[in-house]
Amino acid sequence: MFAKEQVDSIREKKRKWEETTLKKVLDRFPERSQEFGTLSDLPVERVYTPADVADLGYERDLGMPGEYPYTRGIQPTMYRGRFWTMRQYAGFGTAEESNKRYKYLLEQGQTGLSVAFDLPTQIGLDSDHSLAEGEVGKVGVAIDSLEDMETLFAGIPLDKVSTSMTINAPAAVLLAMYIAVAEKQGVAPGKLAGTIQNDILKEYVARGTYIFPPQPSMRLITDTFAYCSTNLPNWNTISISGYHIREAGCTAVQEVAFTLADGIAYVDAAVKAGLDIDKFAPRLSFFFNAHMDLLEEVAKFRAARRLWARIMKERFGAKNPKSFMLRFHTQTAGCALTAQQPDNNVVRVTLQALAAVLGGTQSLHTNSRDEALALPSEDSVRIALRTQQIIAHESGVANTVDPLAGSYYVENLTAHIEKKAMEYIEKIDALGGAVKAIEQGFIQREIQESAYEYQKSVESGKRIVVGVNKYQLEAEEAPKDLLKVDPAVGRYQKEKLSRLRATRDPGAVELALKRLKETAQSDANLLPPIIEAAKVYATLGEICGVLREVFGEYETSVIF
Amino acid sequence: MKERPIRVLIAKPGLDGHDRGAKVLARALRDAGMEVIYTGLRQTPEQIVGTGIQEDVDVIGLSILSGAHTHLFPRVMELLRERGANDILVIGGGIIPEDDIPALKKEGIAEIFTPGTTTQAVIDYIKENVRQG
Repeated sequence: MFAKEQVDSIREKKRKWEETTLKKVLDRFPERSQEFGTLSDLPVERVYTPADVADLGYERDLGMPGEYPYTRGIQPTMYRGRFWTMRQYAGFGTAEESNKRYKYLLEQGQTGLSVAFDLPTQIGLDSDHSLAEGEVGKVGVAIDSLEDMETLFAGIPLDKVSTSMTINAPAAVLLAMYIAVAEKQGVAPGKLAGTIQNDILKEYVARGTYIFPPQPSMRLITDTFAYCSTNLPNWNTISISGYHIREAGCTAVQEVAFTLADGIAYVDAAVKAGLDIDKFAPRLSFFFNAHMDLLEEVAKFRAARRLWARIMKERFGAKNPKSFMLRFHTQTAGCALTAQQPDNNVVRVTLQALAAVLGGTQSLHTNSRDEALALPSEDSVRIALRTQQIIAHESGVANTVDPLAGSYYVENLTAHIEKKAMEYIEKIDALGGAVKAIEQGFIQREIQESAYEYQKSVESGKRIVVGVNKYQLEAEEAPKDLLKVDPAVGRYQKEKLSRLRATRDPGAVELALKRLKETAQSDANLLPPIIEAAKVYATLGEICGVLREVFGEYETSVIF
Repeated sequence: MKERPIRVLIAKPGLDGHDRGAKVLARALRDAGMEVIYTGLRQTPEQIVGTGIQEDVDVIGLSILSGAHTHLFPRVMELLRERGANDILVIGGGIIPEDDIPALKKEGIAEIFTPGTTTQAVIDYIKENVRQG
């Protein structure tokens, strides 16, 4: 971005400064550490100058907002047009309770819904399955059939809100139920806006809620792409997630690399299935973590955006500018929350949320201060939402686009993260792509290595976590008012299920499941028969049960 | 005679997929000289107790972040007692609210480690408390 003579002169100035001004100070006051690094252990220099961004071309590498390569953001006006969507992930207990929490959040000014499902739902088991014992309604809401979904969205007009659903292996089934609820409200599928996570690859490496083996799982995903591109044009068909990979302990570079490598695998699969890239790619969305190292995170978001644009254009030859745009949701890092002095987490979340906004996120979930202890209480959720509102309305950072662009450090770090992530992607390509790399355990081992190194650096005191390994309190009072899920929810769901099984039309259910099975055994799109089954109140467990029969189940290998 | 290393089973009961902590701890215990088996995800209490007995472990470490500990931990203890294997030291870790801990200890879980615990603290605890024959 600077003329060569100018850069040479700055290099010379810096050399002189190091010998004179700097040396004098260093002789008397040594620095805190011999070496400095980011949270992800990327080297950090004392000071950055134009010489550190000498290779950067403004038009080639940054460009204008809303234009290729989208480093500065995907919209020309960003938050001057409208703020990011404030979307708190919530759900627990029964559909009735979660429905109440959603209405509360909407009243508080939240602008989109984000549904958390309980673990049995996430792995396609009904609440009365023996493995569901003790888990029903615990980490999210229990959904067994369309009946629960109707309750979950009762009184919430689905043409007015956008809904994000954290659901992966059975994503198609929950989407089918959502479509069916909308139909009952008189809302056509074409009017629905929202996201299903639908990202199975990161489940195998980091999150754990897989059901089927990779091949049929990829088919379910590409079937969803195909179905939605004609029927639900405003639906994000996948949220390719680095969030959980980062939570599992990887670095910022690995988060970008593994997420985009998964993205490449989905695009490859869809292209192979005969879909037109410029039809489905505009509906791909991403999901990243916002961790503690503020400037590294800002650089990470910018690097991911630039790298994805380049991959879509250069590697896949996409033509539609919407295919180049990496749109992403962000959640603040759960793993950075401490159980010790939990009010400090409000400050951590503020910094992380700021990173997400400075990095140009499209939507944001801020964690609540008590989440290292339990599900968040209503008070804590409100503070977390207020944190976003304060950043939006009071901090001033939303008034100009990509305010940190041009910072020598941030631009240098952005380029560094992009380069390192690309090296990883090349390594994964050499292994045969993300699916193969996962089957060989490569990605899992890389994550675990980083997680272990991080833990060691905290235990050795090399890394300070306030309140955990420094500035501890002698005696901490146990926090009060933690949210408790009513243990009766398991029994309640079971009773509800047995009533449903007794009152629905058994012939219709049997027929729908038979059709689903036949489709699963063929090459036809799975979405229509799944929607038909959902509409006649076949349960989630029954629908997934048919697919399990045909597809089998994923067997993981244990690596540590 | 050389003492045999302490054998530990790290287990993930229930449907919870968060195993960063379990894996980091498994690795740290191994680096501390213990023999460690990690079950992988989605283990039933029956599977965990079966593996523990078959592998003749001294310690079972249960890791859970889903809130299902109140159901699954006592079930593991019950099965260990039924099978006469209650000499195995059982410890637990994860997102476990303070209020739940007394009841879990009453069931026979020796110690519960909550977020922020160092792997060294767990290593020390095991070394001090394991009942080796």
